[in-house]
Amino acid sequence: MISAQILRRAGTACLAAATVVGMSVAPALAGADILFMSTQLRPLEEAQKMREVILKDFPEAVEFVPEDTGPFLTRIKAEGETGKVTVGVIGALHGDLPPVIQYLDGLDDVMAKLSADRKFIPAFAELGKLGTDRQVYVPWMQATYIMAANRKALEYLPEGADLNRLTYDQLAAWAKAVTEATGERKLGFPAGPKGLMHRFLQGYLYPSYTGGVVRTFKSAEAREMWAAFRDLWQYVNPRSTSYDFMQEPLLAGEVWIAFDHTARLMNALRDKPEEFVAFAAPAGPKGRGFMPVVAGLAVPKGTPDREASARLIDYLTRPETQVVTLREVGFYPAVDATLPEDLPAGIRLAAAAIGAQAGAPDALPSLLPVGLGGKGGEFNKVYRDTLQRIVIRGEAIDEALAVQAERLARIMQETGAPCWAPDAPSEGACPVE
Amino acid sequence: MTSERALPYLLLAPSLLFLALLFLWPLGEAFLVAFSDPGGGWSLANFREMADDLNFADALTNTLLLVVVVVPLQLALALGLGVLLGCIDRGRDTFLYIWTIPLGISDLAAGIVWLAMLSERGYLNSLLEALGLVDGPVLWLSYETPVALFVAVVVAEVWRATAIVLVILVAGMQLVPKEYYEAAEVFGAGAFQRFRRITLPLLKPSIQTALILRTILAFEVFAVVVVLGGRDLPVLAGEAFAWQYDYQNAGVASAYAVLILTVSLAATWLYLRLLRVREESLA
Repeated sequence: MISAQILRRAGTACLAAATVVGMSVAPALAGADILFMSTQLRPLEEAQKMREVILKDFPEAVEFVPEDTGPFLTRIKAEGETGKVTVGVIGALHGDLPPVIQYLDGLDDVMAKLSADRKFIPAFAELGKLGTDRQVYVPWMQATYIMAANRKALEYLPEGADLNRLTYDQLAAWAKAVTEATGERKLGFPAGPKGLMHRFLQGYLYPSYTGGVVRTFKSAEAREMWAAFRDLWQYVNPRSTSYDFMQEPLLAGEVWIAFDHTARLMNALRDKPEEFVAFAAPAGPKGRGFMPVVAGLAVPKGTPDREASARLIDYLTRPETQVVTLREVGFYPAVDATLPEDLPAGIRLAAAAIGAQAGAPDALPSLLPVGLGGKGGEFNKVYRDTLQRIVIRGEAIDEALAVQAERLARIMQETGAPCWAPDAPSEGACPVE
Repeated sequence: MTSERALPYLLLAPSLLFLALLFLWPLGEAFLVAFSDPGGGWSLANFREMADDLNFADALTNTLLLVVVVVPLQLALALGLGVLLGCIDRGRDTFLYIWTIPLGISDLAAGIVWLAMLSERGYLNSLLEALGLVDGPVLWLSYETPVALFVAVVVAEVWRATAIVLVILVAGMQLVPKEYYEAAEVFGAGAFQRFRRITLPLLKPSIQTALILRTILAFEVFAVVVVLGGRDLPVLAGEAFAWQYDYQNAGVASAYAVLILTVSLAATWLYLRLLRVREESLA
């Protein structure tokens, strides 16, 4: 498994090196290919699946260019500013698009036409307006974050615990039992440079313990939460600060219990469905916080061939293409689609966990941050730095929270972003209470 | 005559243009971005934000420590290797070629080579386990073992970039006339005396060049650290990258870039002062 990890690191550093010297510009494209630029499906394997399998039945030539969010935003802005637009279709997360919303075309006509023969998940269609009165993106696919565990860990589950109804206290007891039995710390989190640890903090831990994410940042409940999480961390594999994708340490056996994005667990679930289980994230005192992730398809203003872009969007959101997408890259449909029986076991494992999580009686869905514009990265940094201070460096919880809350408040003030679920709505910028 | 005099300038012009376009211009831009505030005025806000950041002190300390440890180590090693190389007659080129292999490898690849050795299930742990020295895999590259992580980066950097110092020094050593050594031997100078009194002083211009080059590159250390330590060992260039691409704040990223440039310039100035070379000693 070293090799996979190494390659991943190599990829990260390669990209880093390339972007540092300013070579991230995609190669010039020939003729009338539709340029499909995406912040999703970036790993080489997934990009190949998109090119060779998912797009196979689309009759026109498509150049699929995956790009890191940073360079992606830079390019959309640059093309929009100069008016030399080459991108045909944009594939991005809901939260990627607000910073470039002024360069994106309205898609109400496309959406209306598509809705005639397929049913988009209504909440996602609404999200696609990004809070405006026009359709900014067409929902493309969805995913979320779940837990996965090696079956070997199951015998250490605390008595009476139901895997899909765990609490954070039970997770701690479980991880402790595993550590005591094996002598190794086998709970893992994706806290590496490219890992999505901030989403765990924003969408899972904070909502579960405090019922909010910005308003409750330094509340009494948040202090208890951090104390509990610091306590839990003694059973967490210290390599967690290097883990970007949890599927690798799971497959390598370094980690037995892990939290991550479904797509970043998929290799483990798909390759060895008999070895792993997938289950809902744990619940805290305020409920079972979880974060659904929606990716959408958008079209930049002044795109070379808007009709062709619309045809590609039509193709990608057909129920049959959506099932292929699920099968190949593990993103779940954004339209009503019947899942065929012959889907691989790993995908069905994840689908069951996603269902159990969203359908839990105490489910507490939280949205990806909205309205932060270009400050999304710094917003994430606040949460990661708080983890760094309190859990890794062992700073006093009150002081660390006070310092970080100040930064958080400044970001909210600067962007004026109103609160999003599960925080109660606000007039103007979301306050840190 | 005029065309003959103009020719060198003409031939040099493209490279000058190239550097101005791809180096000076972005450099100027970086300065502008670093010293501007969101309102469009001038301010030090980006530098304040940089200095207030959780990782700033660590990044600065780590980078300086790396420079202070790696550069002298490389200089000493390269000097030693260079002198030894001067002592052998046959196979000299072969040695030189083999020693300079790491030069042909990108720093990223070098990092990966060492990651393969030092990771939890890497070659080093396999070896130690086979020898019965450890029971299970040992974590070398984690935030819990900052010293091991730092040493790993030092080792990888020394392995990777000593050759560039070596090449510069060997070239310099070849310029030292043989007669000086012969004369010294006639007067009974020992090997160490010859090294101290002849090699070192005459090698000063080469040492200066090598030190300036290596120190500047050491301040920019990035790929090896990213591969081996992720962000458990923050360094200045890594922070600049994170601010630019993860946090989407070009202002603070540029502030880091300006800081790296400033310390590099300061180091260069220091070397030029300390190792001042007299005209007549330039061979």
